[in-house]
Amino acid sequence: MGFDQYHEPPEELTAATRTFARLCASLTEEAEAIGWYEQRIAVESDPEAVEVMRDAQGEEFKHFSMDLEFLLRRAPAWREIAQGILFQPGDIVEHGEEAEAETFEGNGADGEGGYPSGSLGIGSLRGARR
Amino acid sequence: MNHLLRSLAPISDDGWKMLDDEARQRLAPALAARRLVDFSGPHGWEYSATNLGRTAPLASAPCEGVAGLRRQVLPLVEVRADFELALAELRDADRGADDADLETLDRAAHQIAVAENIAVFHGWHGALTGIGEASPHDPIPLGPKPDDYPRPVAAAVELLLHNGISGPYGLALGGEHYQQVAQTAEHGGYPLLEHLQKILDGPIVWAPGVAGAVVISLRGGDFRIESGQDLSIGYASHDAEAVRLYLEESFSFHVATPEAAVALTA
Repeated sequence: MGFDQYHEPPEELTAATRTFARLCASLTEEAEAIGWYEQRIAVESDPEAVEVMRDAQGEEFKHFSMDLEFLLRRAPAWREIAQGILFQPGDIVEHGEEAEAETFEGNGADGEGGYPSGSLGIGSLRGARR
Repeated sequence: MNHLLRSLAPISDDGWKMLDDEARQRLAPALAARRLVDFSGPHGWEYSATNLGRTAPLASAPCEGVAGLRRQVLPLVEVRADFELALAELRDADRGADDADLETLDRAAHQIAVAENIAVFHGWHGALTGIGEASPHDPIPLGPKPDDYPRPVAAAVELLLHNGISGPYGLALGGEHYQQVAQTAEHGGYPLLEHLQKILDGPIVWAPGVAGAVVISLRGGDFRIESGQDLSIGYASHDAEAVRLYLEESFSFHVATPEAAVALTA
């Protein structure tokens, strides 16, 4: 796939943004693999082969989750929205709307800034240009 | 509305955006520690302590037949820099003025960045242990002239390697030293900055507030800032002429591997 994960010229991106893009690409690949294994398992009649593929799919669950956690640690707004949706019982769409509203509440009229809790969103500067 | 009380300030949405953008621009270049150490969070304003995974004995137990231990934690500190802006300047900015006087904000941003750098690299008495304080290595003199710096920097790298601390390494240079290094070309015209980067295999960071310099491993897992509320602008009060705001953050700093850094003294 070469350098397809970059949507903008890589030389214009910071190291932190390039890392973020790599993990986004990895997250996508893990999700695809999970879907592929789901289909293969659905049509496979050999129980031993199914067992092997279930084990392989479990690895992809782990990889996807690690990628996701990494990205959420780097993107505070994403993390805050995810906290309102993930592992919550009830209506997913409702939680999504609420989490989005709470995260960006006042981004305009209330002057709470563009990041959760009104912070400047600076976070880690590892790999950032001066 | 959260504890920053921003919506109580007589500041328009565009005004807040201007202030936040200005603060980010001033803070990012000066926050040296965040370029070199691990950063966790932000965990929120309510977050008060870092788990150390350690316990301390208790002198007594509630009753016979049981034993007790107290968990040890590292409390977060709060740092705040107040500043005041003229409302007339903010109104002019709303009209489209692109030269609003934000000097007080700029000064506050610089000061809070300096405070974070000093706390991380030198420590904060009674609150946090800094990298230089924690390091078991004897400080290495930088030498009188920038031309001399490659020798102590290389010595610090060699000392870290000798202690099994792998690279790459970063160099936090106090403001004055950074300027001298950036201006200096060695014999033959080779820029000193590039020579030092080759020795370190890592970045050289402008670190206002740092006395001397610090060579630090960037392998990760050795030093960590844990952020509660990341740097934010909050509202304090206003009258007809001015609005009083503040920059604030809460954080802890934990040294897991004291030997992973070497201080270089001026």
